[in-house]
Amino acid sequence: MKNLSPKTITVGLVVLALLLIFPMVVTQIFPLQIMILVFMYAMLGVAWNIMGGYAGMFSFGQAAFFGIGAYTSSFLLMTFHVNPWIGLIAGGVVAALVAAAIGYPCSNLRGHYFAIASIAFAEIVRVHFNNWTLMNAAEGISLPMLDESFVNFMFHTSKVPYYYIMLAFLILALIVCYFVATSKMGYYFRAIKESHDVAEVLGVNVVRYRLVAIMISAFLSAMAGTFYAQYVLYIDPESVMLLAISVQIVLLSMLGGAGSVMGPVIGAAVLIPIAEVTRVWLGHRGTGVDMLIYGFLITIISVYQPQGVWGLLSRIGNRIK
Amino acid sequence: MPEQLLQQIVNGLLIGFMYSLIAIGLTLIWGVMNIVNFAHGEFLMIGMFTSFWLFTMYGLDPLFSIPICFLLLFLMGMFIYRFIVSKVMKGPMLAQLVVTFGIGIFLSNLAVYLWTPDFRLIPPTILQGTWEFGELNLSIPKTVASIGSIITSLCLFLFLRKSKTGKAILATEMDREAALLMGINTERINSLSFGIGAALVGVAGAFLSTYYYIYPQVGGLFGLIAFSIVALGGFGSIEGAFIAGILVGLAQTLGGFFFDPAYKYAIVFMIYLITIWIRPQGLLGW
Repeated sequence: MKNLSPKTITVGLVVLALLLIFPMVVTQIFPLQIMILVFMYAMLGVAWNIMGGYAGMFSFGQAAFFGIGAYTSSFLLMTFHVNPWIGLIAGGVVAALVAAAIGYPCSNLRGHYFAIASIAFAEIVRVHFNNWTLMNAAEGISLPMLDESFVNFMFHTSKVPYYYIMLAFLILALIVCYFVATSKMGYYFRAIKESHDVAEVLGVNVVRYRLVAIMISAFLSAMAGTFYAQYVLYIDPESVMLLAISVQIVLLSMLGGAGSVMGPVIGAAVLIPIAEVTRVWLGHRGTGVDMLIYGFLITIISVYQPQGVWGLLSRIGNRIK
Repeated sequence: MPEQLLQQIVNGLLIGFMYSLIAIGLTLIWGVMNIVNFAHGEFLMIGMFTSFWLFTMYGLDPLFSIPICFLLLFLMGMFIYRFIVSKVMKGPMLAQLVVTFGIGIFLSNLAVYLWTPDFRLIPPTILQGTWEFGELNLSIPKTVASIGSIITSLCLFLFLRKSKTGKAILATEMDREAALLMGINTERINSLSFGIGAALVGVAGAFLSTYYYIYPQVGGLFGLIAFSIVALGGFGSIEGAFIAGILVGLAQTLGGFFFDPAYKYAIVFMIYLITIWIRPQGLLGW
């Protein structure tokens, strides 16, 4: 933590303390639910950021990794009664392997081409899971009920344990991202983002580091997927593999500020509550107003604030200095 | 079996010509300004609804609403370019990718808000029924739509090759800086190309509305398929997109016929991945 200023550490610890106290103060279900979703999407954003924000691979297919994580642990639990915590690791490994298999042939793609390839990949995965009888196809998987305990990763009476587990996951992802960003690898990633060719000429093994970025990202996304499955206890391809989830992830990362460790967290903290509240207030009649506002927001943000909130904050910070 | 196969080939061709027309607009926008229009499918949806409402409110046959669709989508495309897309052209790459997503989500949900998410169908109009050639059935609306797609594509081709404006568009596509130096107003060309791209997909929407369900989310799938077609044909290549559209239509129906219909769209996306892997410049790209 050598290049974190004492001020940053203090702010971080205060925020963390507030988050730890939050469930003791606020006991209503809805705010807790929103916070859990904020953490989950923040983690997905952080995972996206490692490959998108740092290494410049704009993936619009993160839902595939999220879904693979959810499906791996749920399938293992349903069929072989494997403990979800082991399923969590297994899901991460499977997602990372799939990511490597698809990332390798795509290792020369840039910009738009990579973005569309990621959509194509995620759509293939979704179609396949919709028809894969071993995975209950479009019916989805209802997770078997286990006794409520931390070991079983399942709680029926309260959301609070989920809150703390997801917060811990998010912190883990942030630590991973921080180490990636400040390590030599992080510099390689940024070199690749700036220019593929220049990085290659300077001796960066572009293919290898791109693969590393994709695999880390996939592993973390899959962890969030397993969490989602354990939290909701039911998954189907249309709830964990939708393009809309992938777009949401990219969007909140951009809104917060792609390429900064905390960017996606800020983005999730802003976007998810807005999305959830408008959905609950306006979405129940199926009028589409919530998504209408959402689409409008995306357009406005990309036009007027493409550097994200983080970019805005650091510009203000520089001006004050 | 041979008759069935022949029927599948015909069906593939009929849907393929529609794909071609949709993809040509996309490839034009992509080629000229290097912007991926993720709202392309929603433009198609707007075209279909325009034709639907003209029919429902004024009894106008979809065939006659084609010019209106063309004009409306042309203006909408110009508007969207001028006030939204042009503003992100110099921004970060990510913003360019996300902005059209936002427009697409906005448009499809605007349609849900205004017209509910119901599925609608225009009742059979001038175009109805099937031509039968022995065992072979040829749906008349689909055939007319295919012929329309060919004619529209030909018109675009001639416009680009023969007219001065068309040549300016091609020049901009080849080399923006050089075009600028030759006195071409590339900003005007951009908005014109965006308008034409949208107008073409509007025409496709009018044709498609004669036989396909009309609903707010209809664009999503067509938009994604159009990307695969553009990739296969070569980014920015009009002729490539036309041929690739037909190939993808054939691959989709034949893939569904020989393997599993549930996977027909997965096959289309597979084509995209294989194309950019083996031949990134596409069939006719350079």
